[in-house]
Amino acid sequence: MSFESVCVIGAGSIGSLCVGHLGQVANVSVLVRRPEHAAALNEKGLMVSGKSEFTSKVVASSDPASFPDPELIVIATKAMQVEAAAKAIEGRFGNAIVMTIQNGLGSEAVVAGHGDWPIISSVTFMSGTKESDTHVHYELDTATWMGPFHPAGTAFESVQAVGELFAKSGLKVEVLPDVRPAQWSKLIFNASVNPVAALTDSPHVQLFARREQESDLGHLMYDLIEEGKQVAAAAGVELFEDPWEMNSRAVKQGATHDDEYAHVPSMLADVRAGLPTEIDFILGSLVREAERLGVSAPLSEAIYRLVKGRESSYDK
Amino acid sequence: MKVGIVGSGAVGSLFAAHLAQLDEVETWVYDVSRPHVDAINANGLRLTGVGEVHSHPRATTEAGELPALDFGIVATKGMHTRSAIEATAGAFADGAVCSVQNGIGNEEVIADFVPRVIRGTTFPAGKLLEPGVVQWDIAGKTWIGPFEPKPATMSQVRKLADLLTRSGMETLALEDARGAQWTKLIFNAASNALCSLTRLPHGRAALHEQVRWVMDGVIEEGKAVAAALGIEMEKDPAELLEESIEVALDHKPSMLQDVLAQRPTEIDQLNGGLVHFGREVGIATPLNRVAWSLIKGLEASWKL
Repeated sequence: MSFESVCVIGAGSIGSLCVGHLGQVANVSVLVRRPEHAAALNEKGLMVSGKSEFTSKVVASSDPASFPDPELIVIATKAMQVEAAAKAIEGRFGNAIVMTIQNGLGSEAVVAGHGDWPIISSVTFMSGTKESDTHVHYELDTATWMGPFHPAGTAFESVQAVGELFAKSGLKVEVLPDVRPAQWSKLIFNASVNPVAALTDSPHVQLFARREQESDLGHLMYDLIEEGKQVAAAAGVELFEDPWEMNSRAVKQGATHDDEYAHVPSMLADVRAGLPTEIDFILGSLVREAERLGVSAPLSEAIYRLVKGRESSYDK
Repeated sequence: MKVGIVGSGAVGSLFAAHLAQLDEVETWVYDVSRPHVDAINANGLRLTGVGEVHSHPRATTEAGELPALDFGIVATKGMHTRSAIEATAGAFADGAVCSVQNGIGNEEVIADFVPRVIRGTTFPAGKLLEPGVVQWDIAGKTWIGPFEPKPATMSQVRKLADLLTRSGMETLALEDARGAQWTKLIFNAASNALCSLTRLPHGRAALHEQVRWVMDGVIEEGKAVAAALGIEMEKDPAELLEESIEVALDHKPSMLQDVLAQRPTEIDQLNGGLVHFGREVGIATPLNRVAWSLIKGLEASWKL
């Protein structure tokens, strides 16, 4: 299986990292919402700086009808835009494999509702900052984990082929028969770090793991993560990594090996910009799973509701 | 009769300005703000808003200048209680000191330094407009009673309530003032902390179905702690919350004002206080702890 033509939908920081890298090894078309974003990409290409340094030529548009048939579609939008992305390609690109790369749970099932493409489930640990519409800075070159979304009957061999394409493009990748353990580890990590950062207006710093004073944020993080682990256990998922360890490690040495580590999680960036957050797909999906499985998760529920309240204050 | 107000922010100034209108009271103000103290001494203390008051208490930044006082009224923010009473305790060796501060735990601190303590809760509120001038936003009652571990006598409590009421600040003297204090405490724990985290004004937060769920949970925990302590509520805090939709729809509670201005909050005396007392009586307070930790985290973010 070879991939001459790849379509990436959504060019936020993760989407832009995919576009820039895959553009080195395939013809990449990019579907974006804003026509001016497409125009800028067509004119300047996409520049990657940081862990990788290059500029890729791409074809961008806000209309998928103009694209050549891709063999791989990467849906890299925010979780709440997956529905619209899947709708935009409904009835098209019958030979493509679709890969989802969102935070949280459930994107694969949304895509499956709009077509019978094979679907690759993935979870990414890389991160970057979008400096402009045509420039992304590649900060953390950690791996993207991918595996078949089994309900769609995806063959493991096609996931391996996509994994090879990613590796060739310079992205780190792990191909697994089942990504749920990694997906849930990251979900529980994100479901605690993101909303707590959004509510405290604080980047992810050492206080998130400190448990000295009774009111230290580390206690709350620990308790939230415990609730998440109970939900995972009830769902029959064995976690790949302990999310509390992920939290402690991230703030201790700094995932960037930088003493001044203070990553601004995406939900904090959204709240600061007055944008809707992914709370329904991150902590919300965990709360819904807890309810479905009959697991008590009162702290998660309270934090989820406070973020909903925080979002509703934007226009006040 | 000599009375000293310790801490003359908005609430302290309301008490000082009223008391200084009474001929038989010599009213003193102790505050660390030099501009405010100088303005009071030069031009008097002025209240404007719900009512207009202009009077002339004596103000100082030096605790050593205070004469021996019959009563003290502590109105600092909770995090300044210890330093304020430590500095002024000498003036109250033969007097009684009343806290009119938010939350719980202040009387305990005051009792470390003076022999006779009065528990108090006050609803009037305002804001400092400029040195010597306070906008009086909300009128309301004050409840006072002996603080059991180091109580003032009931006759002292009645004497102070009488002075305050005659000065224009309606005050009720009670044998047990905990019910009023805990009513306000629990109401504040639900409204102040959660409005601050969501940035929603008072009534808007209470109307928001998701936020209200958390507020109701905070209130239930608070009531369970109060019940375990044998405290009978003055009023159901949930009822106060319901009323706030009408009277404080777009009002920003003081903690939200503090958060927006990045000033330290009184969370340790509110949700933190509930967690503390809950532990003493074996009542779990997980949602109050969530609010406490998040506000502490928010305060820490200002120093990054």
